Amino acid sequence: MDTFAFLQHYWWLLMSITAGTLVFLLFVQGGQGLLYSVGRNREERNRIVASLGRKWESTFTTLVVFGGAFFASFPLFYSTSFGGAFYLWTLILFVFVIQAVAYEFRRKPDNWLGEKTYDAFLLVNGLAGAFLLGVAVGTLFTGGHFIVDRANLTRVGGDTAISQWTTSWRGLEALADYRNLALGLAVLFLSRVLGVQYFLNDIADPAIRKRSRDLLLKNAIPFVFFFLVFVFSLMFSTGYAADPVTGTIRPESYRYWHNLLAMPAVFVLLVSGVVSVLTGIFLCWKKGSPKGIWYSGIGTVMTVTMLFLLAGYRHTAYYPSLADASSSLTIANSSSGRFTLSVMSAVSLLIPVIVWYTWYAWRKMGKEKSLRPGKEEGDAY
Amino acid sequence: MTLSTADLMPLVDWSRAQFAMTAMYHWIFVPLTLGLGFLCAIMETFYYRTGNEFWKRTTRFWMRLFGINFAIGVATGLILEFEFGTNWSNYSYFVGDIFGAPLAIEGITAFFLEATFFAVMFFGWDRVSKGFHLTATWMVAFGASLSALWILVANAWMQYPVGMTFNIETARNEMTSFWDVLFSPVAINKFFHTVLSGYVLSAVFVAGISAWFLLRRREEELARKSIGIASVFGLVCSLLLATSGDRSGVEVARHQPMKLAAMEALYDGSREAGLTVFGVLRPEAERAGGKGNYYFSFEVPGLLSRIGYRDPQAYVAGINDLVKGNPEQGILSAAEKMERGRTAIGELARYRQARKAGDERTAAEVAALFDTGTPQGREFLQEYFRYFGYGYLVSPEDIVPNVGLVFYSFRVMVGLGFFFILLFAVNLWLWKRGRLERYRWWLRIMLWSIPLAYLAGMAGWVVAEVGRQPWTIQDLLPTVASVTRLNTSAVIVTFFLFAVLFAVMLVAGAMIMRKQIRLGPDESTGSVFPRLSRKRREKDGEAPAGSTEEKRD
Repeated sequence: MDTFAFLQHYWWLLMSITAGTLVFLLFVQGGQGLLYSVGRNREERNRIVASLGRKWESTFTTLVVFGGAFFASFPLFYSTSFGGAFYLWTLILFVFVIQAVAYEFRRKPDNWLGEKTYDAFLLVNGLAGAFLLGVAVGTLFTGGHFIVDRANLTRVGGDTAISQWTTSWRGLEALADYRNLALGLAVLFLSRVLGVQYFLNDIADPAIRKRSRDLLLKNAIPFVFFFLVFVFSLMFSTGYAADPVTGTIRPESYRYWHNLLAMPAVFVLLVSGVVSVLTGIFLCWKKGSPKGIWYSGIGTVMTVTMLFLLAGYRHTAYYPSLADASSSLTIANSSSGRFTLSVMSAVSLLIPVIVWYTWYAWRKMGKEKSLRPGKEEGDAY
Repeated sequence: MTLSTADLMPLVDWSRAQFAMTAMYHWIFVPLTLGLGFLCAIMETFYYRTGNEFWKRTTRFWMRLFGINFAIGVATGLILEFEFGTNWSNYSYFVGDIFGAPLAIEGITAFFLEATFFAVMFFGWDRVSKGFHLTATWMVAFGASLSALWILVANAWMQYPVGMTFNIETARNEMTSFWDVLFSPVAINKFFHTVLSGYVLSAVFVAGISAWFLLRRREEELARKSIGIASVFGLVCSLLLATSGDRSGVEVARHQPMKLAAMEALYDGSREAGLTVFGVLRPEAERAGGKGNYYFSFEVPGLLSRIGYRDPQAYVAGINDLVKGNPEQGILSAAEKMERGRTAIGELARYRQARKAGDERTAAEVAALFDTGTPQGREFLQEYFRYFGYGYLVSPEDIVPNVGLVFYSFRVMVGLGFFFILLFAVNLWLWKRGRLERYRWWLRIMLWSIPLAYLAGMAGWVVAEVGRQPWTIQDLLPTVASVTRLNTSAVIVTFFLFAVLFAVMLVAGAMIMRKQIRLGPDESTGSVFPRLSRKRREKDGEAPAGSTEEKRD
């Protein structure tokens, strides 16, 4: 593998880990979606929001970084998917923006819309945010209706757009593919499972803990079901792969299954990730353990990361075009240049520092279990 | 369906409108957080050093206002980032290799810093040590400015594209020197000028709100000390802002002469060009009739040449010079640049056709033209490729931005900039002599200066962004070649969707800010567990119906 190819693979790995981290951090959305199921009165809901409120920024930031890093490392994907699946991404944007405002405004006097409206914003974000992100990620396997032609740039006096979307649904058509729906629902229910586990870990209120525990299996079972539907359908799906020499992209039956067999480390880590998620669920369900989120969280990061590697490694088209197979995006034909990837790789060496100070700050903040009944918090939500 | 440039213009206009709306809305909240973060950090440092609870109380009051702004700034920042992809997809591809990198680095280096320490800053008062909390506050302040650095580097690159080369194979620009991008004179100046404007706005805000407290004879110690800190901070920053503004004149003259001409409504270039301090422009029809540019104006002779080129004798190009050309001054006409741009685009087309047809000889021949490692390539870059974007324009007049908007915005920005220097200087003088409360009319001026600070910031962005139209990348890519190919109706729908959302957020945010300020440092709520009303607790089943306890709720 030459240096450029190594950098492309390195950045796909980083994107995969970022995606995994983002899905883990969707426990904030999952928790929001359970606001009224777990919080039976206003005080309990305040306690839940205050607990989640110390983490929402991290999820939001990871989403921003995910977008920015995709822009920088795979700009052709950014321009093709974001410009093409316009309605889908705009919907995602919308539901995330209302979340940010809700946290800051809901408890403030004179907030105009009233607390219930902001709680509704949190609920919408908690349900639609996680689901739509899952659907959008599903298109990395199921593809989109686009054509990429760089020659369009030479159309003087005309339409110069390099990436053209061929349906007027502009991304909403992804909702009509059962595999995308399955992944969307799997992500939604996983976020709720993680949300429950987060409450068990962070909120020292017996009533909230009991209700959370009661909700665990009700969300874990649909998660497992939809996840299995997605994974099995994926393994039987036709994928697209590029010829390493000519770059020609062709469909290939059972491509993702072949990828799994050809990358035993990915296979092992994927299975380990799933086992870890299930272990976390079991610990919380059986023992009410506060540590379940760490097992499920690490498992989530591993599982999602490995799914992304299945999508992009081994010359697989990680964003297949359903309109023109040769337009499909691979990490080789859609990445930034070698110099840019090198610069960003140098900057990526800071990531361990970020992980360290985030962990350090969370640890410092979490020493005292937050929000015990009667404990006052200063400037909170 | 094949569309012409004219067909695409409504789409371009709506896409520009949506982006401008998002950016301007974003800029309502961001500048306050840029400076208020540092002011909070300074105040908390006093608390850390003295242990005086007064400073903790003061810090927490301003921090609360910071938090309200911060959340909306973050939210709208996400929309801006995604809109590059959703609405400007061709742009995202054409320069994503360069533009995307600062955005990604911003995320890695600044966003996590802000997000992590923001939580400590707001929730950590009683959870972490005083020293760690102070560190968190400083980290949030630095993080905000660090974030601004990267996005402003990216913006500066759009105004002055350097450190890159065009890759004919991928049909896009690719970075060749990160340091050229980061340390371009335009980037350095833009960063300082923009963040300083944010610091000045924050200082005006703190001074203005404090003046309100003094007018109401409330929280007088907090108000006096806050005015003192804000005025020192604001005076230093506004003087530096003026310096960086002066430097901007040089950079604009050198790299964006049309923007400079529009800022001055200078139609015909001249030596010893004067700077119009103020004036009222005549409409286009009257001006074309030979009645001159202004109904009236006050001009300082030679000042524009001196500001732009540090030489009162220097020739400053006018709008007509740049559109029609001026061979005497070695200025090419826009029509000539369009021709050269089309030649460059034509060569790109020839290359792609040759590659498609398997004609490697022709492909290699064209590729050599784009190879800046050879004399031939350097000549092609200098003579043709640098005008690449002109090739997409329909007429030479397309290179002229909205002159009136840029002209007036520039005067608003500069005029208010000088006013703020005066404001802070007088504040400090009065503060030092303990006479702030005596001059109530001055306190009212301080209070009403707050909207002026926002106006100045907006005007600055109008000058920067409207002034560079029609370019997304100066000379290389116009808006019409940058836009995502969408139905115009789709953009209209999302425009109004976000317009409504922003309006709601703005009203709610303003009402909350107003209430928090009125409540003051002690009375404002924000507690997670404020005492619920009796009626509410009855509803939630926590208080027996009809009980008489705590009626004062």
